[in-house]
Amino acid sequence: MLEERAFSIKKRFLAMYKRANAGHIGSSLSCAEILTFLRVGWMRDGDTLVLSKGHAAAALYALLAELGQLTEAELDSFCQDGTRLSALPPFNAIEQIPFATGSLGHGLSVSAGMALGAKLDRHDRRFFCVTSDGELDEGSVWEAALFIAHRKLENLVWVIDRNRIQGIGRTEEVMALEPLDAKLRAFGYHVVVADGHDFPGLLAAREECRRALDSGGAPIAIIANTFKGNGVSYMRDTVDSHYLPMSDEGYARAIDEVTRAHAAALNGYRNAG
Amino acid sequence: MLALFEQRRDLVFITADLGYMALERIRDTYGERFVNAGVAEQNAVSLAAGLARAGQLPWVYSMAVFTVLRPYEQIRTDVCLHRLPVKLVGNGGGYGYGIMGATHHALEDVGAMRVLPNLRIYVPLTASDVAAVVFEMAADPLPNYLRLNAPAAIPGGVPPFAPWRKLKRGRSSVVIGMGPVLQGLYDMGSQDLLDELEIWSAGVFPLAELPAELATSIREKRRVVVIEEHYAACGLADALSHRLLTSGTIPGSLTCLNAAGYPSGRYGSQAFHQRENGLSGPTLVSRLEAVLRA
Repeated sequence: MLEERAFSIKKRFLAMYKRANAGHIGSSLSCAEILTFLRVGWMRDGDTLVLSKGHAAAALYALLAELGQLTEAELDSFCQDGTRLSALPPFNAIEQIPFATGSLGHGLSVSAGMALGAKLDRHDRRFFCVTSDGELDEGSVWEAALFIAHRKLENLVWVIDRNRIQGIGRTEEVMALEPLDAKLRAFGYHVVVADGHDFPGLLAAREECRRALDSGGAPIAIIANTFKGNGVSYMRDTVDSHYLPMSDEGYARAIDEVTRAHAAALNGYRNAG
Repeated sequence: MLALFEQRRDLVFITADLGYMALERIRDTYGERFVNAGVAEQNAVSLAAGLARAGQLPWVYSMAVFTVLRPYEQIRTDVCLHRLPVKLVGNGGGYGYGIMGATHHALEDVGAMRVLPNLRIYVPLTASDVAAVVFEMAADPLPNYLRLNAPAAIPGGVPPFAPWRKLKRGRSSVVIGMGPVLQGLYDMGSQDLLDELEIWSAGVFPLAELPAELATSIREKRRVVVIEEHYAACGLADALSHRLLTSGTIPGSLTCLNAAGYPSGRYGSQAFHQRENGLSGPTLVSRLEAVLRA
């Protein structure tokens, strides 16, 4: 079940961040459900996930461990001297991570290249690229966006983790992106907007994407509305959660709140039927 | 590239919207494997990295300055760090685009590429070199940069492409050059001066170990001149100096003839800039004569 998986992944990366006394916690909490949904709820064997917002690498590592593709011992090495698991994804080290990402504005282009390569070879592999929203300031993202739409790369799904916070401010104050959906539609995308923390909503988005792909003609962009630091009250929707590590008390609170939210979500699903 | 396509069907030719009256046959032959990525070099390079990761052999073509400098971080991160076989082709290295002006010249491309990890640079001299280099690059599992320029026509011909090639014998000095700028030595109009020069071509970076014959010539003749259509920093002279020192091959004098940029603030053809920078013509003659007098 997606909710169970996401809860397990969050517990893993919160522990990793605490052990490493590292930041970028809010970034991982922002995309935990998105990554879980894509990898567990949509992707097939042979499909490829590119986390262009590489600063959320801990969530990706935790996801891979959840799927048995990284060991617990390796997770323990996160951000320690001698680790493979750097704060942002490494190059040529882990099979499921095709590119070192986190230099913002690269992930969509390399995904487009892999998607084009698969099409040229008549493979039915698909590629899922998760960018941040602050990353959209990078001109190279729009170069890639033009290319993907022009070449109609329908084997590439672009998911934007739209938490509205970037380096040192809110996206709309630093470099306004809205109306983002209209921008993407104008570029030629079939745009689906979803709650990036809500699995039923994400699954509905997946079905809409499938219908759109069946009718053809446009690549897919999903705007997943999220909150940085989601699920932990003192981190939620804050710039601080991009940078600050957790104190012992903060970690205990984070685990407690994530656990309560998980229980509430399960209860919600039960009540819904 | 057309001949290579006969052998390898994993090729993808990406142009950043350049190649008018040049790439039409490649476009027609490659079909869907010819990609005009638009005037968007950053995407073109990362796209190529993705293609290479997917098992293709991508070539990226633009003007040298736009192939190298505009997408430099993409080259570093997506291509070189990952050791992906992306083949970057820069046309008009040095002052190759002549009267187009400074924005279109590439006087630092080799230097910029030399410092990147896992990348091998090819600088052909003649037209036949280009064909050989293309096949060599296709077989090279590393990322490559190809610095293209109008080919030289060396009197009497040259040996097949190799990292080091001796082009001619000479009496008193060793000249080592990179690419078609070597043509200027043959066009000086002074046979006596030319007869003094033993000329070598360097065509691959990182520089391979000095051939024994070259090392011997340097020790015997003592005078070494480097000529390159490139800024002094990080170019052939820098690379060669390191090779000479680390191999214990110490010349009596080392004279570096480089591009200085735009000393007069005036623009012209590639030949104009070569002359103005002392890479050809009377200034080259006087500089070489000064070396011989010393």
